Amino acid sequence: MKFKSLLTTATIALGLATGAVAQDKTKVGFVYVGPVGDGGWTYEHNKGRLAVEEHFGDKVETVFVESVPEGPDAERVMTQMALDGADLIFTTSFGYMDPTINVAKKFPDVKFEHATGYKTADNVSVYSARFYEGRAVQGHIAGKMTKSNTIGYIGSYPIPEVIRGINSAYIHAKKVNPDVEFKIVWAYTWFDPAKEADAATVLIEQGADVILQHTDSTAPQAAAQEAGNVITFGQASDMGEYAPMPRVSSIIDNWAPYYIARVQAVADGTWSTANTWDGIGPGMVEIGEISDAVPADVKEEALALKAALADGSYHAFTGPLKKQDGSDWLADGETADDGTLAGMNFYVEGLEGEIPQ
Amino acid sequence: MIVLEKRPQPSKAWSYATPLVAVIATMIFGGILFALLGKNPVEAIGTIFWEPLFGEFAFYYRPQLLVKGAPLVLIAIGLSLGFRAGIWNIGAEGQYIMGAIFGAGAGLAFYPLDAWYIFPIMVLAGAFGGWLWAMIPAFLKVRFGTNEILVSLMLVYVAEQFLASVSLGLLKNPEGFGFPGSRNLQSYESAHNAELIAGSGMHWGVVAAFIAVIFSYVLLNRHMLGFHIRLTGEAPRAAKFAGVNPARLILFCLGISGALAGLAGMFEVTGPSGQVSIDFNVGYGFTAIIVAFLGRLHPVGILLAGGLMALTYIGGEIAQSQLGLPAAAIQVFQGMLLFFLLAFDLLTNYRIRAARSEVA
Amino acid sequence: MDLGEINPVLLVASLMVAATPLLLAAIGELVVEKAGVLNLGVEGMMIIGAISGFAISVETGSPWLGFIAAAIGGAILSLLFVLLTQVALANQVASGLALTLFGLGFSALLGQSYVGVKPPSMGEINIPFISDIPVIGPILFQHDPILYLGIALIAAVWAVLKYTRIGLILRAVGENHDAAHALGYKVIKIRIMAIMFGGACAGLGGAYISLIRVPQWTEGMTAGVGWIALALVVFASWKPWRVLLGAYLFGGITVLQLNLQAAGVAIPVEYLAMSPYIITILVLVILSADKSSAPASLGRIFHASH
Repeated sequence: MKFKSLLTTATIALGLATGAVAQDKTKVGFVYVGPVGDGGWTYEHNKGRLAVEEHFGDKVETVFVESVPEGPDAERVMTQMALDGADLIFTTSFGYMDPTINVAKKFPDVKFEHATGYKTADNVSVYSARFYEGRAVQGHIAGKMTKSNTIGYIGSYPIPEVIRGINSAYIHAKKVNPDVEFKIVWAYTWFDPAKEADAATVLIEQGADVILQHTDSTAPQAAAQEAGNVITFGQASDMGEYAPMPRVSSIIDNWAPYYIARVQAVADGTWSTANTWDGIGPGMVEIGEISDAVPADVKEEALALKAALADGSYHAFTGPLKKQDGSDWLADGETADDGTLAGMNFYVEGLEGEIPQ
Repeated sequence: MIVLEKRPQPSKAWSYATPLVAVIATMIFGGILFALLGKNPVEAIGTIFWEPLFGEFAFYYRPQLLVKGAPLVLIAIGLSLGFRAGIWNIGAEGQYIMGAIFGAGAGLAFYPLDAWYIFPIMVLAGAFGGWLWAMIPAFLKVRFGTNEILVSLMLVYVAEQFLASVSLGLLKNPEGFGFPGSRNLQSYESAHNAELIAGSGMHWGVVAAFIAVIFSYVLLNRHMLGFHIRLTGEAPRAAKFAGVNPARLILFCLGISGALAGLAGMFEVTGPSGQVSIDFNVGYGFTAIIVAFLGRLHPVGILLAGGLMALTYIGGEIAQSQLGLPAAAIQVFQGMLLFFLLAFDLLTNYRIRAARSEVA
Repeated sequence: MDLGEINPVLLVASLMVAATPLLLAAIGELVVEKAGVLNLGVEGMMIIGAISGFAISVETGSPWLGFIAAAIGGAILSLLFVLLTQVALANQVASGLALTLFGLGFSALLGQSYVGVKPPSMGEINIPFISDIPVIGPILFQHDPILYLGIALIAAVWAVLKYTRIGLILRAVGENHDAAHALGYKVIKIRIMAIMFGGACAGLGGAYISLIRVPQWTEGMTAGVGWIALALVVFASWKPWRVLLGAYLFGGITVLQLNLQAAGVAIPVEYLAMSPYIITILVLVILSADKSSAPASLGRIFHASH
């Protein structure tokens, strides 16, 4: 294996050459799937990177490459960062999973952190956020606030992450409002603001007065504002420019605490493989300020729910719950295990329509 | 007043010199751009052009040039045949996707069987997938006179939806915990398009790209069909008198470009990429159109143009991570390079002269 | 499933909005192609229009100035194409594609400080009484001014091409540039004007997305509309009113498929998502009995040799 030996020699050489320097300066790489100006997913990861720079100052150097396609391009970018002496590399898209594992094999001394995946190795950790906890709070507010009892939901693709969010929101909306109904529209694209605008308009025209979105643009917010009397929630970032109406609250991805902690661990030499799935409690999922458009009592209940989710006294998926087909899923008081949640590919009872396969 | 005068024959000397002039011009203007963005222009240009070829880690980047360039060249060769004959297949991206789906699908159907014949079947399936997708615009054009530009482009979007659908359904990895995407073919040996020599970047797709270049060169220069293709593009009326069958030519050109795009997709999905996923396609089919024209629709030119594009991609990534240049700046830089290459081509075919008074 | 939830009046009203960016970009490209030039850089000019319009309207607080800036921005970018194809006589297909690449990158650089900013709103034209007429009111009289401008542009282009001398010259240049040159028309000059008109229209279309339809700025936000606009010109067989038809057909199916999803119709989502493209192909096949074809000089390089 000429290639591998070459690479190893190179890394060893680098390790020797930069060893002295690396003592006081940790180099951290970030691989992004979108542009840092996407205002959503990548934008928030980049905010985490900037927080790392701010926190550590001169002790850390960060590098990033944006809009890296999943596949061989991602593999090359990661390899390049490792060759250039990165100590820790964050790969921030599900599709980077296999490339991350491939590159990690070639660079045993470099630590890798892969977002939203499930494959770990000695030098590969995975991390993800329990956004569904935030969805529970949204569902509660939505169920209380809707007058038409119709809640619109815009999804990107039917992947477990999105389905989990729909279920969580539905369960908590139904709990406070048994007549509530969900209308789900799949955009079938990760990014197309104009299509999101259309989807929101369609849902509003069909009677929805609450719009939940699992897409990153503010298009649905604008559509709701134009329609009036429709409420929305910010997604990925706060979207505070649409507060207090239509945006009444939001789910914010906050990667900064985790990134700072992991960089610290590498600098201290205490890094070890972890499988992190954090929610509201550790601050990875933030609930944006609930605006005054929400009645005080609803706001209080929502904050109580948020607190219960944060301290672990309540789990967003607590039985009794049935699956859409009527079969039993969770018994009374039972909570869902992470394995089922991670790969969730079914709706809970009461949701209509089929998950596209 | 300066005028252009068409050369009786394209200048040989200029046809070699213009790419060089263009690259130098790009370096100057690109340097200004990078300087405006607050970066050291010399360092930035050096990183993009020098680092991948002769830098410290060139042993890794040089093979990557093959990996990145091969699909571009393979697709562009197919497209160039049609473009020469005035047949506009701009939907290679869709054919690339279908080739990948068919190729990977054929292999996954055998999973976990180990046999030597699986990979060849996948190659055929991949070519077939691309060919089939290109046959839709070809058939519609021959039968109903429907414009192939529109049909082939629309089919790209259809193929993308189909790709999403199979990633979430039919080809989804049953052991993937419900996540989208197929099994990784890199870990299924019979279906894996591995590097022929480890670390060389050479996989079957690269071999296919080189074969395609030679095949296309021979076809265009030594074969009647190649003559018909050139004649149809240059003088459609003369082609008619020469007995060229336009329907057959449309079917051939679209078919071959579809099959090559399908092959490119198949080699990519079974090798460097590894799996069918929602975002498998990254725009090779569109970039290949640029490569085809940049290479002046000539097989050797396409080979060089593909290499140059691959170089700017790889160098651009290095510049992003080492110098913190935004990806957008790299895109602008690539755009400039194309502008200059296209603009300076003028010197090959025209002479610049001071005008004589009677012309005005 | 409840199809009764789909309100046809609102559907038509929103498809008109969905179709407007397409319509604006396509009518501009139609004029360019009528003059015998194939500019594949529509997507690039749209996104430049989207950011210039967005930036100027945020800075000045006036959406109108934004749209004017978008038109100028698109036209300026198209000058690059002019330089390449009309002055340096470069290949038009490759130049157009390069223009798109350049435009996407350049717009992202320009827009770095505009992410997460909310632009000023343009508002709708609301005429008392007329706008409130049932059915006709929401469809015809409750839109933003740019939507009407789009329809007016279609009418204007149609009238100019059909009835005026300028239209005649433009078509002559597109059909046979050598003959037009021999008759003493300034082929290059006419083409430059056409290309700039196309750039301005594409810029307007892009700004419609960033200022009215979405409204926000994000990199690459036109998400391929420019390509659809190019396809629409072909679909329309280079006829202005058919551009309108094509844009409404495409926009209509896009909106309808989302409506069907929301209403819970049991058609797999992936087929619904494909439907705008497939139906466009099918309609084109049906219409292909119409043999009117592309301008004869389309994409060919013109050089006055004497």
